[in-house]
Amino acid sequence: MAQSKHIIVVGCGRLGGLLATRLSHSGHKIVVIDKREAAFDKLSADFSGFRFVGDVTELSILRQADIEHADYLFAVTTLDNTNLMVAQVARHIFHVPHVVARVFDPLREAVYCDFGIQTISPTKLALENFMSCVL
Amino acid sequence: MRVILIGGSKTVYFLARGFVQRRYHVTIINRDPVRSRELAQTTKATVVLGEGTDINRLEEAGARQADILLALTSKDQDNLIACQIAQRKFGIPRTIALVNDPENEAVFKQLGVQMAFSATRIIASIIEQETDFDDITNMMSLAQGRVNIIDVRLDKDSPAIGKTLTELELTDNALIACIIRNNVMIVPRGLTRLEVNDHLLLISDPQHQKQNLIVLTGHYT
Repeated sequence: MAQSKHIIVVGCGRLGGLLATRLSHSGHKIVVIDKREAAFDKLSADFSGFRFVGDVTELSILRQADIEHADYLFAVTTLDNTNLMVAQVARHIFHVPHVVARVFDPLREAVYCDFGIQTISPTKLALENFMSCVL
Repeated sequence: MRVILIGGSKTVYFLARGFVQRRYHVTIINRDPVRSRELAQTTKATVVLGEGTDINRLEEAGARQADILLALTSKDQDNLIACQIAQRKFGIPRTIALVNDPENEAVFKQLGVQMAFSATRIIASIIEQETDFDDITNMMSLAQGRVNIIDVRLDKDSPAIGKTLTELELTDNALIACIIRNNVMIVPRGLTRLEVNDHLLLISDPQHQKQNLIVLTGHYT
């Protein structure tokens, strides 16, 4: 495997929990952040990264997660605005090289996809899949 | 003038009322049905029910014609995204955001919001100024904090007593604009000599303010 990366996963819901667990299996240094401690139940027992309770809209929390040295940040909380804010802060304030945000609202995603933030819209992906079932 | 306000706080209510009185065209976007009805009845503003970051609601609120948008919810992330969508999608020329984490003030400006203000920071600095100086009764901040105007009273222990203005070692970016002595205003010249109980109006940049106050009062804390 290539060099181990420092990866921050923001939001430990269904997607965040799976993502963090899988990434930790491939030998990367993972920090997962969530507002609620109970959210970490979503991580599997063999998750080997760090858990961190805090509000990611505060700069000091991101610093504590060592964002200055992060190679990747994935913003996958359930709130579009939180994901878009933390992604922009990571990219433009802390200069994290690779940043991806989950954005449910396709209209909002369209505003941000051309502003240096990579976005993934589950709504759009699901829509395309459903449509391909029909045609 | 067409104004869009996002939020439901007392601030939103009083701003809306004030703007309506000035005959601005005011639209509020609020997510709570009960609060929305209240605001519609009490402010005479148009109220749109929904999220301020929802593009369809912004469209409905007349974002295309708006001159200014103020995002005043209690969530920093919602205020940031509302301002950015307002600018990028609808071309609203002026956007103002309330921030809760004082550190986000600078972050928001870097991310394109024209004006971001933190109530936390403003209140903290008022308290700091009140407790720091007994002899400084009034202070005003201009040009977004780049210039301060301060009212300084000289007590009998001040090292400036008996000196002329040219003898004072104030920094370059400072000026004593006026002296109030026995309730009479004096426009000072270089040879004006300072006396006990003079009130000085000091104009200074915040970086050198401390240093200038020490010259005038002999102490800082």
